[in-house]
Amino acid sequence: MSKLRIENVSRVFPGVRGGEPTRALEPTTLSVEDNDFITILGPSGCGKSTLLRIVAGLDQPTTGSVQLDGAVVREPGPDRGMVFQSYTLFPWLTVRQNICFGLREKGIADRQQAEIADHFINQVNLRGFENHFPKQLSGGMQQRTALARALANDPKIMLLDEPFGALDNQTRALMQELLLGIWEQHKKTVLFVTHDIDEAIFMANRVLVMTARPGKVKCDIAIDLPHPRHYTVKTTPEFAAYKARLTEEIRVESIRAAQAEH
Amino acid sequence: MFDPLKPVSPGRRTALGILFFVVFFVLWGAVTFGGIVPPLFLADPLKAAKSGIELFTQYNFHADIAITIWRVLGGFVIAAVFAVPLGILMGAFKSVEAFFEPFISFARYLPASAFIPLLILWAGVGEAQKLSVIIIGSFFQIVLMVAVIVGGSRLDLVEASKTLGAKRAGIVLRVLLPGATPQIAETLRLVLGWAWTYVIVAELIGAQSGIGHMIMDSQRLLDTGQMIFGIFIIGLIGLISDYLFKQANQRLYPWYFIK
Repeated sequence: MSKLRIENVSRVFPGVRGGEPTRALEPTTLSVEDNDFITILGPSGCGKSTLLRIVAGLDQPTTGSVQLDGAVVREPGPDRGMVFQSYTLFPWLTVRQNICFGLREKGIADRQQAEIADHFINQVNLRGFENHFPKQLSGGMQQRTALARALANDPKIMLLDEPFGALDNQTRALMQELLLGIWEQHKKTVLFVTHDIDEAIFMANRVLVMTARPGKVKCDIAIDLPHPRHYTVKTTPEFAAYKARLTEEIRVESIRAAQAEH
Repeated sequence: MFDPLKPVSPGRRTALGILFFVVFFVLWGAVTFGGIVPPLFLADPLKAAKSGIELFTQYNFHADIAITIWRVLGGFVIAAVFAVPLGILMGAFKSVEAFFEPFISFARYLPASAFIPLLILWAGVGEAQKLSVIIIGSFFQIVLMVAVIVGGSRLDLVEASKTLGAKRAGIVLRVLLPGATPQIAETLRLVLGWAWTYVIVAELIGAQSGIGHMIMDSQRLLDTGQMIFGIFIIGLIGLISDYLFKQANQRLYPWYFIK
């Protein structure tokens, strides 16, 4: 049985002040297997974030349903860890307290919380910054904390909504390696939304390309690159071949998206 | 020196702040000692200082100051204890807001001083009446301002907390509340300043003690020196309490003041 079943999920946003309703997402069906690392690639405004928010339970589908381990998703919960593109650390909590937030909501004992936090602070290389407030951290460090905060809850699936989108290129590349390393170690199931082709190929075992609005899944490409993946894989002919294909797929959609705006 | 939004060094900031006080006293001295304004209407700075010493040595003015501070704090604390939780509930839950907001918005415009005759009728001229004026003046303001602060909480943090397993109580107590606390504290600092205005008004009518009562007594004797000194003391206490409040906020919420 699939880990996550997205069945016929669509989303129509009602029109604002008598305007036309917006079809953000066409009926979409998708099966995510255990340990899958799926990246969802699409032009901006294609509904990929909407899809992720529906899986998270932060938005309700207009039609269809989402099932995680056979149970229908109705509201947000700690079994689906989410990292957002914007910085969403709690500014009044330190790095350590942020990571413990979900554990505290679960009512886990302080000592156990500290152990789990320590483990993930190490995992995302934040030792020495445990007692810093988010405002004292760089963007990359904040997103690493957000990642640790989601992982600490031991979710069944990780949902990442362009988590590295606001970071500079070098930091982003390092974050990709870090996340991939964590995935190779823990074998979490991951749904990762991005508009960066390199990022999509480098981390995924499946890349889904979405069409321009109204979004639907256009193609589902298996990425058959060996693990553990080293950053040098990005310069191999195999990687280049995937990139060439995806560039064509996404280019058509980007042009459509740009034309739709006029 | 006049670059828009350019920060000024702490030393210069203090110097400029003190400079204004110097200018103020020089102007005051100039119009009084220079005979531009007759002493009947405005005492000169030396006369005001002398009256001040008399007030402390002969008229037990520190007791008046103590009772006024007690009234301000008492009324303010009572108002805050009820207003802050109500404001938080209104900010967090839109149906609570819809229930209370119209009435409180109306009540906010009822001038506290206009209630004084009624309050004297209901509560006499004792402490309950003085406290009531301050409570009426502060309560509705605090409720509305706290509701606006909590209502403006960051939705993305609420969503993040939901994905981390926070439920209703967790969201209110561990996301909305800590996020809003520094601004609530700033609001309380502001309203405490207004409470000082209400207490003096309350003491001008039907009071036997307090700074306002002293100022009223001095008017009967046409002692502008005492009146000015009393007003000056109110300003000074306001300045000190404001400073302490600010310092406490910076200590309690260091994360909020990180640039």
